[in-house]
Amino acid sequence: MTDIATTVPRPLADADSAARIERRYRQERRFRRIGLAAICVALGMLAIMLITIVSNGYTAFIATEVAIDVTFDPAEVDPDGTGDPAVIGRANFQGLTRNALRAYFPDVSGRTDRRDLNKLISVGAPSTVRAALLENLDWMGTTQTIWVKAGADFDSFNKGQIPRDVPESDRRVNDNQVSWFDQLAANGRVEKRFNGTFFSSADSREPEQAGIRGAVVGSFFTLIVTLLLAFPVGVMAAVYLEEFAPKNRWTDLIEVNINNLAAVPSIVFGLLGLAVLLNLFGLPRSAPLVGGIVLALMTLPTIIIAGRASLKAVPPSIREAALGMGASPLQTVTHHVLPLALPGMLTGTIIGMAQALGETAPLLMIGMVAFIVDVPGSFTDPATVLPVQIFLWADAPERGFVEKTSAAIMVLLAFLITMNLLAVLLRKRFERRW
Amino acid sequence: MANLAETQTTEGVPVANDDIPQAIRIAAERVSVFYGEKQALFDVDLDIASHSVTSLIGPSGCGKSTFLRCLNRMNDTIEGCRVAGNIKLDGVEILSDALDVVQLRARVGMVFQKPNPFPKSIADNITYAPRIHGLATTKADFDAIVERSLRRAGLWDEVKDRLDEPGTGLSGGQQQRLCIARAIAVQPEVILMDEPCSALDPIATARIEELIDELRQEYTIVIVTHSMQQAARVSQKTAFFHLGILVEEGETEQIFTAPRDERTQDYITGRFG
Repeated sequence: MTDIATTVPRPLADADSAARIERRYRQERRFRRIGLAAICVALGMLAIMLITIVSNGYTAFIATEVAIDVTFDPAEVDPDGTGDPAVIGRANFQGLTRNALRAYFPDVSGRTDRRDLNKLISVGAPSTVRAALLENLDWMGTTQTIWVKAGADFDSFNKGQIPRDVPESDRRVNDNQVSWFDQLAANGRVEKRFNGTFFSSADSREPEQAGIRGAVVGSFFTLIVTLLLAFPVGVMAAVYLEEFAPKNRWTDLIEVNINNLAAVPSIVFGLLGLAVLLNLFGLPRSAPLVGGIVLALMTLPTIIIAGRASLKAVPPSIREAALGMGASPLQTVTHHVLPLALPGMLTGTIIGMAQALGETAPLLMIGMVAFIVDVPGSFTDPATVLPVQIFLWADAPERGFVEKTSAAIMVLLAFLITMNLLAVLLRKRFERRW
Repeated sequence: MANLAETQTTEGVPVANDDIPQAIRIAAERVSVFYGEKQALFDVDLDIASHSVTSLIGPSGCGKSTFLRCLNRMNDTIEGCRVAGNIKLDGVEILSDALDVVQLRARVGMVFQKPNPFPKSIADNITYAPRIHGLATTKADFDAIVERSLRRAGLWDEVKDRLDEPGTGLSGGQQQRLCIARAIAVQPEVILMDEPCSALDPIATARIEELIDELRQEYTIVIVTHSMQQAARVSQKTAFFHLGILVEEGETEQIFTAPRDERTQDYITGRFG
């Protein structure tokens, strides 16, 4: 150290310290650049991830549709002329649909060619035709142009996901089919339209029929159970531990264990659910009820820890003020401490719920990985959830499920971002500085 | 301990500069306080006179706040704190387990070091205690309590147009007067003040001191203060604590002009503390 207690005026820094200052500045600049680089790397990775997902997935929101002219011959659809929708609904719509397509290609003959031709439209096309007729019973005896979904391979082909310029043997659609499809397209009978099915139906073996509604509803039911269990239990546990429990070895032990619980791999909770809820209590497999209980167990530590942190953040002076004027400990907590801590607790809960929404592993253990084509209607119906649906589709071999996987990820991310945004807004809105 | 016996002699003597007859409101006998293993207060005997201001002075950590907090059992809220001895409020033992602290604290109000209004409206701050103690039911009653308490605390004119605004939006001095108004809203008999001016500027301090002097007419006030000038200005009685022992107590004038104990002498002349 230089002696600063001198009266002789001299420059603030000599050569030695000037070099030291320069070095310090360099260090500071370097540190900032490294920090900036770290942020750029993180943002870059995030951008790459999002771009990949969106570029893979956006096509799932549009579907290729084909126009066919269906003739509703009363002799075939409703031979007895009842006009009863129940009778009409039982007609052979598959035949009607295939005939309509075949009428457009009269020169296609032979079993193989006909089967190939049928693949141009989705196997779900007959039910589209059926629904259209039942809605317009006055179509009876007329010929109507109806737009039906193209077969999954032709959807992919139309979107350029199955290339045209490769040898026929390497392509899922053969040359004949390509020429038929081109013929339809040339006549304006092929269009890309908004894919409502993706949002309105549950899972299916056929990519063009598969949707995420089943998974979204399953996730919703599951999260309702999780919220109803985890929030009250978590808040009560946090309030008791923070405000009422004596500080002794037992509460220390409980605290350590809650923290440990937060670090337990989620699949362990799934095994617990399998062993206890399914095998011991005999609760139904694949049910949102069980999934919700398992996720509640997993979320509980998050909520308790966040809850305790927000209770701790309420200044002791508020408690003293309330106690000092004769409020009971319970009144102090319910009238003053809890309302002030609640925004923080809700933020923690939302973040915990977002975690639960994205959780896959424990649900695999309790059978929520099953292939389920119905939209669940209650807490005990077999269901799947969004992340598991993504897992299932990622596993599927059909080309059409690739875009579905990415689209489902987009939907899941949209939900997660919304929830986290809500948490941030809540925190901003009720944030209090003491 | 010898001087303790000595100080007992002032008991019951009328205050020289005041005509109010001096009844004893709080009588503390052999009060000891332990925080876990550590003893913070040793056999304190102190009588608090009615309708007067008693100040507790002494260096940091001397136990004066601890003693103050015994008087409305706020020490109950501290983990591992144990109080021994007897404290009688108007002849009723307040340290007994049978006593309901809620009732006690309605009669012995408290004002804290840092102004701590609830983050609610000014009116809600005042009406909270009357509400939980069931002192009023109609809105008119509550309004009357709000006005009376705020007037008493000298805050009414400043806040009467914004009773719905949060109490935390007031200035530090106003917040502290709001806390005093809040304490007197339930008409307590005793008001405990734990360094009420230490977070305030001199002007706000002067207002609080005036207020304390006015409140003396209706309430018994016990104030802990670090400022000896403040003790001299506002109090009629003074008790000097040192290392958990009540060293000396008596008329404020006597303590500051003719202390009997050498430690008191040293402290008030600024030799330690």
